[in-house]
Amino acid sequence: MTRTRSMLLAAAAALIAMASPGSASAAEAMVVTYKDDVSTLDPAIGYDWQNWSMIKSLFDGLMDYKPGTGDLVPDLAESYEISPDGTQYTFKIHPGVKFHNGREVTAEDVKYSIERVVNPKTQSPGAGFFGSIKGWDEVSGGKSETLSGITVVDPHTIKFDLSRPDATFLHVMAINFSFPVPKEEVDKLGADFGKSPVGNGAFKLKEWTLGQRVVLERNADYWKKDSPKLDQIEFQIGQEPSVALLRLQRGEVDILGDGIPPARFLEAKNDPKNKGLIVEGGQLHTGYVTMNVKTAPFDNVKVRQAVNMAINKDRIVKIINNRAVPANQPLPPSMPGYDKNYKGYAYDPEGAKKLLAEAGHPNGFETELYANNTDPNPRIAQAIQQDLAAIGIKANLKTLAQSAVIQAGGDGSAPMIWSGGMAWIADFPDPSNFYGPILGCGGAVQGGWNWSWYCNEELDKMAAAADAMTDPAKKAEREEAWRTIFIRIMDDAPWAPVFNEQRFTMHSPRIKGADALFVDPVHIPVHYDEVTIAE
Amino acid sequence: MITFSLAFLVPADPVRMIAGRNATPTVVENIRAQLGLDRPLPIQYAGYLARLAQGDLGRSYMQRTEVSTLIASRLPATLMLMAGTIFFELLIGLTAGILAATRRGGFSDRAVMLASFVGVSAPHFLVGLLLLYVFAYLLGLFPLGGYAHGSLKHLVLPALTLGIAGGGWYSRVMRSSMVDVLRQDYIRTARAKGLKERKVVLVHALRNAILPIVAMVGLDIGIFMSGAVVVESVYGWPGIGQLAWQAIQVIDIPIIMGVTLTAAVAIVLGNLLADLATPFIDPRVRL
Repeated sequence: MTRTRSMLLAAAAALIAMASPGSASAAEAMVVTYKDDVSTLDPAIGYDWQNWSMIKSLFDGLMDYKPGTGDLVPDLAESYEISPDGTQYTFKIHPGVKFHNGREVTAEDVKYSIERVVNPKTQSPGAGFFGSIKGWDEVSGGKSETLSGITVVDPHTIKFDLSRPDATFLHVMAINFSFPVPKEEVDKLGADFGKSPVGNGAFKLKEWTLGQRVVLERNADYWKKDSPKLDQIEFQIGQEPSVALLRLQRGEVDILGDGIPPARFLEAKNDPKNKGLIVEGGQLHTGYVTMNVKTAPFDNVKVRQAVNMAINKDRIVKIINNRAVPANQPLPPSMPGYDKNYKGYAYDPEGAKKLLAEAGHPNGFETELYANNTDPNPRIAQAIQQDLAAIGIKANLKTLAQSAVIQAGGDGSAPMIWSGGMAWIADFPDPSNFYGPILGCGGAVQGGWNWSWYCNEELDKMAAAADAMTDPAKKAEREEAWRTIFIRIMDDAPWAPVFNEQRFTMHSPRIKGADALFVDPVHIPVHYDEVTIAE
Repeated sequence: MITFSLAFLVPADPVRMIAGRNATPTVVENIRAQLGLDRPLPIQYAGYLARLAQGDLGRSYMQRTEVSTLIASRLPATLMLMAGTIFFELLIGLTAGILAATRRGGFSDRAVMLASFVGVSAPHFLVGLLLLYVFAYLLGLFPLGGYAHGSLKHLVLPALTLGIAGGGWYSRVMRSSMVDVLRQDYIRTARAKGLKERKVVLVHALRNAILPIVAMVGLDIGIFMSGAVVVESVYGWPGIGQLAWQAIQVIDIPIIMGVTLTAAVAIVLGNLLADLATPFIDPRVRL
């Protein structure tokens, strides 16, 4: 009798557990959904949408940003000093900060971790960020394992000698690839470190069920006493965004990691029930059409200007339900150096036709427009195709997988590319990141990301001069220098900037925090360390 | 071999996907050398086979995890979805097929043929979202997707979505096969003996008519082992399809190879199982 009863009870308990998965810990765990797998949580390797902010919560670097802004603040570093010529950066490391395995973080760890990223054996996508540190060429070329430009002065002091003054270096020290990892754990786990990361951040890894979920829990020994605000974050993987939205409406999900699905956007945004749950903010993103300046007819600046005038940006923004703002210059509005007063090329098909005629193409010409094949990019490419047709340019669409478009851009075979779904979101909030790889001579190489193949030696010199202004007092002057560079680029019009994407983060009613935390320019989709759950 | 060559014919460079957008050409070439992708293809293939012979499928380029671990982590969900789907396929297919065959030309026959046509043609994505919306969101009978360590509650809707499409095929095959069998002499004999029609159909005719269905199940085992991408993504089901689909996007060749290999083995095994099962159903067939 008792046995039957306890069996029944057990069965009932099992049923309840089945009916409400995860409800036991729901009170304090925030649930975030993602469609794609989390590939790795190794800061030297992780560079995708899902893991970027998770890694920021598992690890702390020398520098970070004030939550909700792009303003640099020391983090693992207590303080820092920049030499007057801008080639030497010295950081004092906060004493007593511990890795999740209990060992203190020292200057040695910072040195080891950066050298690990630059070492080609690690196959890190972040090696290039450290190019200004002395000795980079030797390590990156496999001739040495140690960077001559990094000196451990004492366990809590580290000095970087740069081969050129680099005003972006503090940003580089805030990027995931610079985060310290404990050597003993990397040696022990090898390539599997990325699946069992040991960090020094606000959260530590609690559970990882491959392809299903990743659970982070509060690091009880975290050195910042008021952080993090949450006990647990559960990332559920493999969740279709439109289903995740339904689950959020039912209270099973707190944050849509992939955002509101485009097809449901208007409906969700206009639903009075969602008032206060959708936060809109800027993004360090520009979507643009590149024109290969090395090949005819785009080697003629008039043709490129005509394309700029032919594209009806307002219509394209409408096509994507106003999830963006029209752009007239390479930099997005929230980036330092953006020129508020610049008017750009206004929409003017008649003027565009005139320019085309002046360039010797009164009847237009035929070309190819490459685009990523994920929604909404084919629709945007079609709109651009129609706009070009109106001035006589017959652009044949090539909508391909992302990797194939990147290939065609990098080898110079694509005359025009719509950048959506591939480029460009800045790695850090500094205008320099919008120049070198995508508009500078350094990016105009085989396999590079400067798909216009635009290379202006004079602007390259100006850019180098701007990045040499390392004195924080010259911040405004440096911004002005960048502003000039980007407007000069628009005179040559290697791109037709189309729009800057806006971010719309939707959260459940119980997740609280300042609006800025939900559209943080660096921690995407939300600042995991700072948001709170209401009781 | 074909997968191997195809993976390298794709007009995109896996190394560039690994190296990221900040990589200089030197970094890209260094990584290529690290992965051994700078060597001639036949040598790479020989190396792959040699490692495969030792049971080593390699490590994923992007995840840096053993491919065998990744595939093993997806197997339980894939096998479960396969079992659930075949269950619904048989349930729907056999019932509808027999119903249609025994009432040939009648209303039920035409209704079944129309329904099976719709079932086969409707996109999985649509059926999946529809079932999810009605039975999970509106009625709350089932969870809104997920896997939850193999709970049956979570299995029903994804399996039903695939089962509807498969069941459509099965019912058509079942119907025509049953119609053929019902014309046979021994069925007339059975009826002449005075057996009940139900017994004639379900015992005598079914045993013969079901043989093509058994072969189809064998094929399905192979097909579902390579994953059901659409249904897996709608329901957040952590099967092999999701793994393969994501790997294809970033040209993660070791995973693509591993999944293809698994599917190939499964197709052989599925057909073998079907062949082995046949004699039990129809003793006239000998192996």
